[in-house]
Amino acid sequence: MALKASNLKVGETHTARVVDDLKRTQIVQYAGASGDYNPLHTDEVFTTQVAGYPSVFAHGMLTMGMTGKMITDYVGDARLKKYGVRFTSQVFPGDTLDASATLKEIKDEGGEKVAVFDVSTVNQNGVQVLSGYAEARVDP
Amino acid sequence: MAAKTFPIEAGHIMMFARSVGDDNKVYYDEDHAKGTEAGGIIAPPTFVQSSAQFDPDYFLRPKVGQPWFGSGKNPTGVDRSAGDGGRGGGGGGGGLHAEQHYEYHRHIKPGDVLTATTKPGKTWEREGRRSGKLVFSESVTEYRDQNGELVITARGVGVRTERPVDQKQEA
Repeated sequence: MALKASNLKVGETHTARVVDDLKRTQIVQYAGASGDYNPLHTDEVFTTQVAGYPSVFAHGMLTMGMTGKMITDYVGDARLKKYGVRFTSQVFPGDTLDASATLKEIKDEGGEKVAVFDVSTVNQNGVQVLSGYAEARVDP
Repeated sequence: MAAKTFPIEAGHIMMFARSVGDDNKVYYDEDHAKGTEAGGIIAPPTFVQSSAQFDPDYFLRPKVGQPWFGSGKNPTGVDRSAGDGGRGGGGGGGGLHAEQHYEYHRHIKPGDVLTATTKPGKTWEREGRRSGKLVFSESVTEYRDQNGELVITARGVGVRTERPVDQKQEA
């Protein structure tokens, strides 16, 4: 299951669809689990009439969480060492997101092999919604 | 986030994993998880964000007896002329999450009891193309376990926008 440094090539990309037609209900689930009940994410009346957005939109952290599934499915359980992102565009109900990890380098760190990935998530229009990096321990 | 005590609970991890669409059994099935490299149930990478649940003062949670800015009878439950309407998403734009970074020193598991300590970081400004003046502010949160060991370092960046983000997207 685990990735092997000897099988990885710099520049290689792994992609996974992390949500297809994002539902408002999933955003509600995330609000409930994370504890972030900002009405911008679940309250259409407030968001359109008071905040001035066309609709509720996903928590940035939901996009980071969904993208995290692509990474942990790829690198394996309990292998992640670093994960960081910038939110570059909002994610709205109905969006379909594809997340990808591209190998940047493999480094030696404390006697271990650590793979460094560029991470990117794009929506159905090809607009990047998240840009970041991940580092994970890999087998030699 | 300032959770004095953040107990890591299996049910909470299961709900959190479901909410991000992650059906990996390592997040809810102990028998399966024992046989993985994790050695038992662990939390997904962004789970500590939910320490907000254990922060008594977290401002994005309705509190008993206090006004809430979401809609009820009216589009917002606060009197905006009283100057309390801008928290978290006022008519002019409000606060959004710009960046989040995690460093994992070990993977947390049910039974851990974490303490979060947050320190403010840098602040900076720039002119945004789609939302006017942007004011960024950084905070660094250290999560320590019941033995005082650092388990996760989190760095977040929030941004306040002058007006709502323009929705014209460029691919």
